Amino acid sequence: MAETAPATRKDFVSSQDVRWCPGCGDYSILSNIQKVMPELGVPRENVVFVSGIGCSSRFPYYMNTFGFHTIHGRAPSFASGIKLARPELSVWVVTGDGDGLSIGGNHLLHTIRRNIDLQILLFNNRVYGLTKGQYSPTSRLGMKSKSSPQGSLDHPIDPIRFALGAGATFVARTVDVDAKHLQETLHRAHAHKGTAFVEILQNCPVFNDGEWNEVEDKKTRDAATLVLRAGQPLVCGDEDNRHGIRMEHGRPTLVPLPAGTDPREVGITVHNEASDSPAYSYQLATLARPRFPLPIGVLRCVSRPTYEELLDDQVQEAIEQRGRGDLRKLLHSGDTWTVGG
Amino acid sequence: MFRPRAPGEAITLSSKRVEEIDRVAIRFAGDSGDGMQLTGTKFTETTALAGNDLSTFPDFPAEIRAPAGSVAGVSGFQIHFASRDVRTPADAPDVLVAMNPAALKANVRDLRPGGMLIVNSDAFTDKNLKLAGYDSDPLPALRDTHQLVEIPLTRLNREAVKDLTFSQRDADRSKNFFALGLMYWLYGRPIESTVEWIEQRFTGDAREANRRVLLAGYHFGETTELFPVSYVVPRAKIEPGAYRNITGNQALALGIIAAGVQMSRPVFLGAYPITPASDVLHELARHRNFGVRTFQAEDEIAAAGAAIGAAYAGHLAICTTSGPGMVLKQEAVNLAYMTELPVVIVDVQRVGPSTGIPTKVEQGDLLLALFGRNSDSMLPVIAAASPGDCFHAVLEAFHIAVKYMTPVVLLSDAYLANSSEPWRVPAVEMLPRHPVTLRSEPDGFEPYSRNPETLARDWAVPGTKGLEHRIGGLEKEDVTGNISYSPENHERMQRLRAEKIERIVQDVPAAETFGPDRGDVLVVGWGSTQGAIESAVEEAQQDGLSASSVHLRWLHPLPANLGDLLRRFRRVLVPELNHGQLAMLLRARYLVDAQSYSKVQGQPFKVREIRARIEALARGEA
Ligand code: SF4
Repeated sequence: MAETAPATRKDFVSSQDVRWCPGCGDYSILSNIQKVMPELGVPRENVVFVSGIGCSSRFPYYMNTFGFHTIHGRAPSFASGIKLARPELSVWVVTGDGDGLSIGGNHLLHTIRRNIDLQILLFNNRVYGLTKGQYSPTSRLGMKSKSSPQGSLDHPIDPIRFALGAGATFVARTVDVDAKHLQETLHRAHAHKGTAFVEILQNCPVFNDGEWNEVEDKKTRDAATLVLRAGQPLVCGDEDNRHGIRMEHGRPTLVPLPAGTDPREVGITVHNEASDSPAYSYQLATLARPRFPLPIGVLRCVSRPTYEELLDDQVQEAIEQRGRGDLRKLLHSGDTWTVGG
Repeated sequence: MFRPRAPGEAITLSSKRVEEIDRVAIRFAGDSGDGMQLTGTKFTETTALAGNDLSTFPDFPAEIRAPAGSVAGVSGFQIHFASRDVRTPADAPDVLVAMNPAALKANVRDLRPGGMLIVNSDAFTDKNLKLAGYDSDPLPALRDTHQLVEIPLTRLNREAVKDLTFSQRDADRSKNFFALGLMYWLYGRPIESTVEWIEQRFTGDAREANRRVLLAGYHFGETTELFPVSYVVPRAKIEPGAYRNITGNQALALGIIAAGVQMSRPVFLGAYPITPASDVLHELARHRNFGVRTFQAEDEIAAAGAAIGAAYAGHLAICTTSGPGMVLKQEAVNLAYMTELPVVIVDVQRVGPSTGIPTKVEQGDLLLALFGRNSDSMLPVIAAASPGDCFHAVLEAFHIAVKYMTPVVLLSDAYLANSSEPWRVPAVEMLPRHPVTLRSEPDGFEPYSRNPETLARDWAVPGTKGLEHRIGGLEKEDVTGNISYSPENHERMQRLRAEKIERIVQDVPAAETFGPDRGDVLVVGWGSTQGAIESAVEEAQQDGLSASSVHLRWLHPLPANLGDLLRRFRRVLVPELNHGQLAMLLRARYLVDAQSYSKVQGQPFKVREIRARIEALARGEA
């Protein structure tokens, strides 16, 4: 049977009107995901987007794939059920900082540690948008919002460190408006076997405008971000204003790199996303503005069997050892006796 | 391998009288560490093999490690067996075996007046009496009121194993086998299968000790002067077929596996450990060779979410839980109602509110199951009536869930979960087959177009080309499933969803009365109370009263003829292990003067309790 032309971005656009506020960072994320989808080579019917509740969680409605808009914070649970039932599907979770780390923190933690092969995209805008502007678990300490007129008292959680702490095998950070980097990161996340956790810094122009200005603005982003490349030294800035990061005894130091300096020669740390211990990635994750550039890219990528592979192995093992289930035998197992007619 | 003397042989050798009786109820009671559940289970298996009908009631403490010797730590196991039909574990045991003063204290008031009381007299020390809260030795007074048999069980046990090498503490562990052997002798039970079991199950000194002690107990009965008579309970007339003993939780697990086979879909269980439902998870986890996927989630909500996700992906999905977990799942279950996905939620009810008494029975979650979610989203609810019925109820629940594309709640309870009965193993060919059709045709597909008969939408699972669509908890437009906030559309959808559930009535058999279909008193019950209610009604009928009963398997939708049936009786009595939840529903729905009879003690109904109510109503006293 002749297959129609290969899928394009348009094939992944649903007929629904997109209803985010004008200027919302979600638009850029949506359009980049729709761009990447046909490049992944997964038949459209095998793609499932699962979300919870929040602005970001409207996402599935706009993708012309299978989509399940579930309940607040629980998307990872539904996605786990889908993936365990049908490992051949490509299952994507879209969540936000409130959905994923507040009400759904527990599910995120356990899903990540199980290493179910899901792509989890957490849109971090550091505010509750859908409920109109309360501080979120990633909001800065002291953030003034509708529910914190005198400033938030909550110490914020960092999604990357949370994921590393949960034992994630793939952790990355990218930026809503950085199309190239975002697409590259999505490709990496998809290629990873196991839970791929991606924090996407996202601007909410209505309730928390400019939160990520430094890393979004083309003029400042080179100095404000540390773009991670596997096997490359940790270097940021442009030729005129270059710095490197040296990790010594678990402490990062920002080292100025005058033009012409070879970073390796002055002991700048070389990025190793597959390091045995997550401690290195964790140290990297502690780099934060304004003292350090913010790491962007894949902080950790290691290989560990996925939960669904192990589960299938157990099913196969049970079949090999005991044969395919025979209902009659099962019903008659244990002590039975016969009453004559 | 060692072969003991055949019991028949033992009886003829003995000079003792053998009396035939048609029924007896025995309760074994001891400290949680005394192995009473094992003793009861073994006695039950042997009794089933001996061809009696039976019913059991294990009653164990909520605490895993209550202080030894305390009343809180007493564990009991009651078995009622007969040469005729047995519907309940019996109101009052005829025989109580009490391994220590605490067991006596916790159970003696249940013993039938004049009943036989066998105690381990060695355990009646000052220390144990004090632990049990006795100021003085209770035994002297009991000599007048009961047939008290005092046996120095600890010493006899130690004597039997004295040449074995292990410690006294270990030696004392086998004393429950002494009691078991003694009861085997007293009721003419064959001992062989238990000996074989001991030989397979134990090794070394423990094997030798348990075997010897079991036989010592048996022979003690034969030789001691304490028992002038032994008894036989002839075989019951039972429908021919293969039988096994089964608890409600075992039956549930088998039913879940059978549903997968009969409906040719893989099974997915999402569960979080909770008493008294965890056994179902344990049992299913052992049967991965049926392709069953069990998922122990991080909490009750995730268990429901994963199950619904699996249902969305085309599996037969189920969650097993109990009251507190049921509450946590409701938001997820409501999403399944809204998105119209098939999932079965089993609530093995226990005493509440809150944590309540986790190991004890209550029927308190009926209204929770029916209504316990935001907005109008009444779910189909089916309740199992007996341990073996859990098997058939779960098959039925799956069938309805898939046929009508809806969550279905199956109510069991702590009593059904743990008690057992002989269960006629169904022939696989006789089990209903309900092959499942997944939508595959993309032409004309609309996510919310409906089957005109059932109003069910199609099961359109990911991976099917051309069926890509989005569902979720937001209100959706009729037919297309697109998000819609239109007032008229919302009202239409609410009615459609509710009507779909109402239409399940097509699959609900008409209610049938136990007894005449008109008269003075109709007793209406649901769930695990069926046995007690029917026994009470039967006794009332034998006393010449005009009483019948009806047992409701489906609580929503109710059988179509129920209203008519209720009106054919002068009085309607509704015994429930709650504060009158079904009674309230019947009053609201049918405008009949249904009288609630409520009991919330964490214990099942006794037959006589219900019978007294029937009598009072029939005589116009209530
Ligand atoms: S509230 Fe903020 S996050 Fe939500 S759609 Fe509007 S701009 Fe986007």
